[in-house]
Amino acid sequence: MNFSEVFRHTNQLCRVSPDGKCLATCVQYRLVVRNINTLQILHLYTCLDQIAHVEWSSDSQFILCAMYKRGLVQVWSLEQPDWHCKIDEGSAGLVSSRWSPDGRHVLNTTEFHLRVTVWSLCSKSVSYIKYPKACQKGLDFSRDGRYMALAERRDCKDHISVFVCEDWQLLRHFETDTQDLSGVEWSPNGCVLAVWDSCLEYKVLLYSLDGRLLSTYSAYGWSLGIKSIAWSPSSQFLAIGSYDEKVRILNHITWKKLTEFEHPVSISDSRAVVYREMERRAVAGSDDLSIHHQIPAGTSLFSTQSKYEICELPIYVPIVKPDPDRANPKIGVSTMAFSSDSRYLATKNGSFQVLSLSWHCGGDSLILLSKEHLCLCYVEAEAPK
Amino acid sequence: MGDRWMTAMPESSLENQDISCNSSQFTIYPSMYPTQFAVHSSIPFSKNSYSILSAFCSEENISQCISYINQEVSSLGFPAICTECSGQPELNMVSVLNTVYELLQLHRRSQRTLENLETEQFKYSSNLEHLQLSNSKLKDQLEHSKRENTGLFERERQLQMKIKSLQNSLKNEKEEVQKLQNIISSRATQYNHDMKRKEREYTKLKERLNQLLIDKKDKKLAIEVLNYVGRSDGKRSLWKTGKTEARNEEEMYQTLLKNYESRQKDLMVENAELKKVLQQMKKEMVSILSSRKHSLKGETIEESLEQTASDNEEDVCDSSRETLELSCEHAREQLTNSIRQQWRLLKDHMEKLNSQASLVQNGKWVDNDVIPRKAHEEEMDKLKLEIQQCKDFIQTQQQLWQQLSSPCDDETAALLNDCYMLEEKERLKEEWRLFDEQRRNFEKERKNFTEAAIRLGRERKAFEEDRATWLKHQFLNMTPFIDRKKPQTSYSHSALSKSPESEMKIVSTPGQLKKSLSHTSFSTPKATPVKMPSTTDLHRTLRLIPEHRSFKTQPKMGNLQDSILSSDISDKTRVLKAGNCSIYTLSDAENSPK
Repeated sequence: MNFSEVFRHTNQLCRVSPDGKCLATCVQYRLVVRNINTLQILHLYTCLDQIAHVEWSSDSQFILCAMYKRGLVQVWSLEQPDWHCKIDEGSAGLVSSRWSPDGRHVLNTTEFHLRVTVWSLCSKSVSYIKYPKACQKGLDFSRDGRYMALAERRDCKDHISVFVCEDWQLLRHFETDTQDLSGVEWSPNGCVLAVWDSCLEYKVLLYSLDGRLLSTYSAYGWSLGIKSIAWSPSSQFLAIGSYDEKVRILNHITWKKLTEFEHPVSISDSRAVVYREMERRAVAGSDDLSIHHQIPAGTSLFSTQSKYEICELPIYVPIVKPDPDRANPKIGVSTMAFSSDSRYLATKNGSFQVLSLSWHCGGDSLILLSKEHLCLCYVEAEAPK
Repeated sequence: MGDRWMTAMPESSLENQDISCNSSQFTIYPSMYPTQFAVHSSIPFSKNSYSILSAFCSEENISQCISYINQEVSSLGFPAICTECSGQPELNMVSVLNTVYELLQLHRRSQRTLENLETEQFKYSSNLEHLQLSNSKLKDQLEHSKRENTGLFERERQLQMKIKSLQNSLKNEKEEVQKLQNIISSRATQYNHDMKRKEREYTKLKERLNQLLIDKKDKKLAIEVLNYVGRSDGKRSLWKTGKTEARNEEEMYQTLLKNYESRQKDLMVENAELKKVLQQMKKEMVSILSSRKHSLKGETIEESLEQTASDNEEDVCDSSRETLELSCEHAREQLTNSIRQQWRLLKDHMEKLNSQASLVQNGKWVDNDVIPRKAHEEEMDKLKLEIQQCKDFIQTQQQLWQQLSSPCDDETAALLNDCYMLEEKERLKEEWRLFDEQRRNFEKERKNFTEAAIRLGRERKAFEEDRATWLKHQFLNMTPFIDRKKPQTSYSHSALSKSPESEMKIVSTPGQLKKSLSHTSFSTPKATPVKMPSTTDLHRTLRLIPEHRSFKTQPKMGNLQDSILSSDISDKTRVLKAGNCSIYTLSDAENSPK
């Protein structure tokens, strides 16, 4: 694998445009846009303050730079470098800023989650949405960009509002049966909304697009509950990762549990392949094992050569027992990713230093990113049926 | 006194014999009973007895002794030993001897019983010892086990105590858990309540803040855009109106409906496939079970047949009605029920087979239909071997056939031809041999025949001459003939006598001729020229008898022979032809040769 030269950036702000042509990086208050193939600098923009958040619009025409301290959002255009746009939230403050799916509206969440302001770049209209909920994932756009689900908290009760992104009209508003709603996520086909509760209670609610409650699922009580949720790309499965180190899969017809996967400490299933990285350089602790179903371990950049050897089962995964007294302990399944053909599920359990998992759209390779490592794993694909 | 033994002595030799007998008797007694006697011994045999006995009877008190003994013996039930006569009691020897004998017998018997009793006593004493020993041992064992028992009891008690304590602790723990859970739930409600309260306060703050911020109307709270950009999809943004609301709703429902429809389609397809699979499964199960109906025994046959028959009917009906009642509950239920039924039957059958197999393994199953696996395998091997052999045989046959039918090279062809010819040659040789034999026989017959014919001719001649002379004589001598007859008569007699012979010969030789002719023997060409004239006579004689048949048969036979012996065979045919010719020439005079 070849690597380019290293580019400086701050705050890990480095984004590739959705059309894959450009790369945007931020250095302090500068925004550098490069051509991905040649890595030549196309544009250089200067913002008013240190950039906290960068986001490309969906059509790769605009870039949003948010400066939370100052409460400012600046939007830059790639087509017309002279074009500029500045949104100032003023004393309302800014907590988060994002694009709408059509790439022409900016949604700002003010401080203390007082409201969500929808700024339009193509018209003079501004919309305000009150009482958004401050939670793990309170806002989600459907895959086709037509609807937006927003979690709200009114009168000590959770509600969900469904907006039509076209004109920001409120389509549905309903109460949810959760104690403390933690997140919402649309299914890829845009017809089902999964709503899950905070980790104090294991509860997943499934709402249809028109606000009807389809089903509720709860695996157990009392213990810490759901940590993460992932839809399969075909919308057939919903994977729920919980603090008990298990992943449960629900099917979309009956919304009942299909199967559950464990993350045992010792792996002895004969079908599992475990790769251990052996570094030639004498670096201690090189076997950074992250064991999932058929997923190998990580590697390092440049300097050290490494190779993988297949370990014999059973193998014991070295884990660090987290401090159970702290809140939000580092146990449980925190990251999950389905492959694009919905055949494989990659999960990360425990305190491994894997920050992100993502599949290639072809479905046969997986990239794991940790703080210092990058690992590209190829899955042996069976012959297509 | 009654315990003492005494010997009865004859009176005459009483004194000397008495002592000597006594002493001898006394000496005997101790030697006869050398064993020690127990206390119960009733017969004290010691040197003291001698003195006691000698004290009992002495020379002076013989009569008293006698009377005393008589008393004792009579009291014992024995007849009296002495008789009173002439003042002095006289010993009755016979009764004395008898009583002595009786007493001896009695003594012996009592000794025996004593022995028995003593052995019994010995036995009993040893038994008693043994029992005492065992008793003591058992007592020890009992002690030991009692001690163990107490130990175990103690242990059990301790364990019971432990259990009790553990149960108590478990109960305590459970109670604690329950308590903690209650605490948790109460705290949770408390927290919830507090949370709600705080949240309300928080919303109030937010409201307040909102109000402050909005009312402030900060100028900076605005967007600065150089120029408004167009929408990404090129459309113009619309106002929010009721129509748009309705449109949005419509669109939303349309999306939902589309989703449901696609899902339903998928489910229908899946359902149809599953139904097909189920139908197939059912058919296969029915076929399996019906093919197995021969192996079923008893009433189960009818049962399963009925079921399968009914199911078959159902099948037929089902398939016809399927299109009509595709999603009908009833049809679905029927299908699933029939599948379940078939599956149950199949399962039962499999269980039966399993049990049979296990029985066979145990060697208990005796059934004509079911043969052990080994025998089955052996038979299979045998059959395979047979098949292989047959195949090989067929193969060789085919090869041979090919060889026959296909044109091979000249050598082999010649060889083959030779082989076939050889067969024929052999056969022909056999026939020739036969013919030769017959010919020889014919020859012989012919010889005989011709000889006979010659003789016959000669005799005829002689006879004719005789007749002529006799006639002449007769004619010439019409007178009474006395002397001349004798030589003539003798001559004629001889001729006559010859003639019946020749007649006889004529009679016999045609028979021979017939026989010989029927033999189809041939004459040698040598014989023919010698016998030519005689053969003409022969022919004449033969004319007497219908020989046409034989003649006719002859040429036939000749033809037959001709046909058999074809050109390949050289000299023999010539000979035969000559033979034929000769036969033909025989008949030449009268019949034309054919």
